[in-house]
Amino acid sequence: MIIDINFIGLILASIMASAVPLILASCGELITERSGVLNLGVEGMMIIGAISGFALMTVTGSLIIAIVGAMLAGVLISTIFAFLTQTLITNHVATGLALTIFGIGISAMIGKNFVGIPGKEFPVLFEGLKDTIPLLGPILFGHSIVFYFAFSLPFITSYFLKKTKIGLIVRAVGDSPESASNQGINVRLVRYACILYGGAMSGLAGAYLSMIYTPQWIENMTGGRGWIALALVVFSTWNPIKILIGAMIFGGLTIIQFHMQAIGVRIPVQFLTALPYIVTIIVLVVISRDSRKIRLSTPSSLGKSFHKDN
Amino acid sequence: MIKIVKRDQPSRAIFFLTPILAIFLTLVAGGIIFYILGFKPFEALKFFFIVPIADKYGFSELLLKATPLCLIAIGLSFCFKSNNWNIGAEGQLTFGAIVSGGVALLFYEQEGFYILPVVILAGAIGGMLYASIPAILKTYFNTNEILVSLMLVYVSKLILDYLVVGPWSNPEGFNFPETRQFSDSAKLPLLFEGLRIHAGIFLALAAVVISWFVFYKTYLGFQMKVSGFSLKTAKYAGYKGKKMIILVFLISGACAGLAGVGEITGPIGQLHREISPDYGFTAIIVAFLGRLHPVGIIFASLVVAITYLGAETAQIFMQIPKYTGQVFQGMILFFLLASDYLLFFKFKFIGSKK
Repeated sequence: MIIDINFIGLILASIMASAVPLILASCGELITERSGVLNLGVEGMMIIGAISGFALMTVTGSLIIAIVGAMLAGVLISTIFAFLTQTLITNHVATGLALTIFGIGISAMIGKNFVGIPGKEFPVLFEGLKDTIPLLGPILFGHSIVFYFAFSLPFITSYFLKKTKIGLIVRAVGDSPESASNQGINVRLVRYACILYGGAMSGLAGAYLSMIYTPQWIENMTGGRGWIALALVVFSTWNPIKILIGAMIFGGLTIIQFHMQAIGVRIPVQFLTALPYIVTIIVLVVISRDSRKIRLSTPSSLGKSFHKDN
Repeated sequence: MIKIVKRDQPSRAIFFLTPILAIFLTLVAGGIIFYILGFKPFEALKFFFIVPIADKYGFSELLLKATPLCLIAIGLSFCFKSNNWNIGAEGQLTFGAIVSGGVALLFYEQEGFYILPVVILAGAIGGMLYASIPAILKTYFNTNEILVSLMLVYVSKLILDYLVVGPWSNPEGFNFPETRQFSDSAKLPLLFEGLRIHAGIFLALAAVVISWFVFYKTYLGFQMKVSGFSLKTAKYAGYKGKKMIILVFLISGACAGLAGVGEITGPIGQLHREISPDYGFTAIIVAFLGRLHPVGIIFASLVVAITYLGAETAQIFMQIPKYTGQVFQGMILFFLLASDYLLFFKFKFIGSKK
């Protein structure tokens, strides 16, 4: 049997494509968590982004408006979370859960009129270069702009956190809000910003799903990706570069599942579908087993409310 | 001028009043949403919250929906009180239903008084087994129970799907994704002729009584409360933290499993793909709305159950999408959390100085 080298390239490219929403949402949530806020509403913000993007694209016909609109929708809904957790000092876990339930409900409500409408073709870049290099061609070229953005985001995020002043402030707020506050940093403001940024990235991840990956609106189409994104942040031990690795593993599991079905592997399809969730659990166990290591890398104030008495 | 002042002590009266405020605010916001969608707000709210329970049948449906919510929420209150975030009750419900459904299928076309208790017990054990996974991983491997319990929800639904499509599907069922109907001895008895409300409600009421007793009359209840306030204190007092984590997960898994049994041996009578309209997730809201208090949870489960019925009625009569129910559920929790602010802070009116 001759294995076409370009075929391997195509499989790798499809793995990368399915990793895109995970990378986007995880990198967003990573910044949120680095500032000390645990937002469990990723799934809700993602699905809101998905329907907003698709709806705006259908109504306005403009892809740019749709993408930007989806991000703004993510920002908007995360504002609820930010207001509750930061201004009204509510519990992060409960508020995040409410956000997810609310988001799924709202998206289905808006999406009612968009079921069954075909999506639009999203333009890809460097299409012509795809066949110029074997193996690498399909991996590097012929993707949407969101794809390229997603794969550069972990590096940008890493640079931002390590090398910029604002990145340092975010980390300071997450590790010790009291001392940051004493230094004159407005903890609440920084956390607001980080939450809204996380919302924007989740919104973009959702829009990628409904506009590029499977260009249509299906109820509940995020299918737990938001939760896997949350798990990826733990997996990465809050290091953006490792998110890239994790997202590729999970993307790989999703894609391999399809190929195993295609070549007729006799495993019930449900078990293959369950694989990413089971692997997530196993990976979490392996990562968390060493409690000392995880404590060192977890933002110290993660999930804890901060209130400055005035 | 209004000034926000921190209360010396959280107000106990407000603790139980804010849920009512939250429900009121949800109605107002719901009315606004209906208005935006182009409906008359009051009419829509009437269809949502009053029409569904206006007759005997509606009231029975309300109790039918409130039963699993109450049961699961009672179980969750054990976890939440002690700072354990089990959010995978939906998975524990599903797995409980799978185990008890499997046992019920073993007794296919058999009759006997002993069958139902065995089926019920199997459901509780199934739920406990499934809840023990996040509990054990949390205690011995330091793994985040939120993510594990949630991932297991997806896994349980896929197991159920596999079983009803594959090995357990009804041989005479024309390949429909469902099992055989359980025999009558494996079904919970109906309470009234012509209504769907079944004996499962007694399971929920028993859970309420038992949980009240445990919370307020036993040493375990006290330990749970202390651990909920401060894990450090609990450790200092020498409580066996790991044992307690596993125990509260088992209790809440058993309750969720029983809720699953109630569904499949009650109104459904077989296993199929959709055995629960996300009761396990909604029960989280019920637990909070009821303030993790057994009696509060009874009221909260009734209120939240209306959102299920209302969504169905509103869909039929006004073509309002049924997901409005979820929107309402999310809003209730938002408003409840927000009004908690009043627990710790109060507004003080200060006359402006001239």
